[in-house]
Amino acid sequence: MGIDRREFIRIAGLSTLLGLSGKGAFELLRPGQVEAAMEQAPGALEGKRWAMVVNMQKLDDATASKCAEACHRVHNVPDFHSPKDPKDALDPAVINRYEIKWLWAEHFHNAFPGEEQEMPEKIKTLPFLLLCNHCNNPPCVRVCPTKATFRRDDGIVMMDMHRCIGCRFCMAGCPYSARSFNWRDPRPFVKDVFPGYPTREIGVVEKCTFCAERLAQGLMPACVEASRGALVFGDLLDEKSKVRETLKKYFTIRRKTHLGTNPQVYYIV
Amino acid sequence: MADNNYKNEFGFFAERPKVEKKFYDRNKVIAGLVIFLALVTLPLWPNLGKTIPAPQRQLDTPVIQKMAEKDRQCLMPTEWMRANHMQMLVDWRDTVVRSQEQGAPSVREFVTPDGRRYLASLTNTCMDCHSNKVQFCDQCHNYAAVVPNCWGCHLETGKKLAEAK
Repeated sequence: MGIDRREFIRIAGLSTLLGLSGKGAFELLRPGQVEAAMEQAPGALEGKRWAMVVNMQKLDDATASKCAEACHRVHNVPDFHSPKDPKDALDPAVINRYEIKWLWAEHFHNAFPGEEQEMPEKIKTLPFLLLCNHCNNPPCVRVCPTKATFRRDDGIVMMDMHRCIGCRFCMAGCPYSARSFNWRDPRPFVKDVFPGYPTREIGVVEKCTFCAERLAQGLMPACVEASRGALVFGDLLDEKSKVRETLKKYFTIRRKTHLGTNPQVYYIV
Repeated sequence: MADNNYKNEFGFFAERPKVEKKFYDRNKVIAGLVIFLALVTLPLWPNLGKTIPAPQRQLDTPVIQKMAEKDRQCLMPTEWMRANHMQMLVDWRDTVVRSQEQGAPSVREFVTPDGRRYLASLTNTCMDCHSNKVQFCDQCHNYAAVVPNCWGCHLETGKKLAEAK
């Protein structure tokens, strides 16, 4: 028995309807999620371009070292001066070469080389807190051959340790020395392991990530929390953010702007 | 005949030159081959014919024992986890670290088909219940000769990030 044209068109039409509405029908009959999914955590901080302002008028040596300590503690950054086991002690000649730093303090002539003559004498001895500038035009991202470092849409220059092959091109590309290479296994030098964050392995490059893992959980960066108001963090493209208000009020400078990397860490001097 | 046209740089030969085909040092070569094969397969001999029993794992941890019976379930069914946990961990890794590379929101949580939510984290979620890495991870991986490189960086014990703040 064949089918005539009318019958064929009827069946084709019905199948089309079913095909188009099949998924909707499932949703109607059995509501709720069918597949596993990845979702945003409730309360995550979202921004269009994260930026930080360092208020040098409020920052003294004690606060600066406190910020660095807080950062290095929650990210399991090793301190090669004090190994857990005295047997692992390093040759003093290599301790400085192996140093790993996410956040650290330098004097003005190191932080802003070549700009000393433009600034008043009194700021030359202040502890300028230095970190990854999360540039808008990051040279480290351009040179990374594996896309292990990349710029997120919210402006954070992120590291994917899983992809890093340790070629150190990014360290050569970064004009701020914000990146450190793991010349040796850092684990024996992490005194109090912070359980919520991984350590690193020998052979990868690491740096500040603006505490991306904390932002995703709705927390401010660790250094900002420890700074007693000397560090301000927020969304530069949000007009009401604290960063914007601070930038409106004060004159700020940025590091090595002539290089065109457009750094996103501002210093009130 | 093609053979009659054999040619070298001096011109044509009437016949292709005869070269004697000979297996030089036959005994030494064969003896050498046998010794080589024996050496290469040496690690296989002790285990020949034996079956290695599958590992007996003790999967109970204090955390799991404390849970009520109905809460004792993994993110996905056990069979599925056994077959696919590695793919899931790789997916977690890529989405958590790289989700904002292409404008997606920063996803951090895994939602199971029946709507339970978990922080997508090996140390902070998986190892929370399965806190016995030697029993839970290593036994099977050793048995199957798999060497995952998670533990070079990731810690074996974790607290939830929120608790540690």
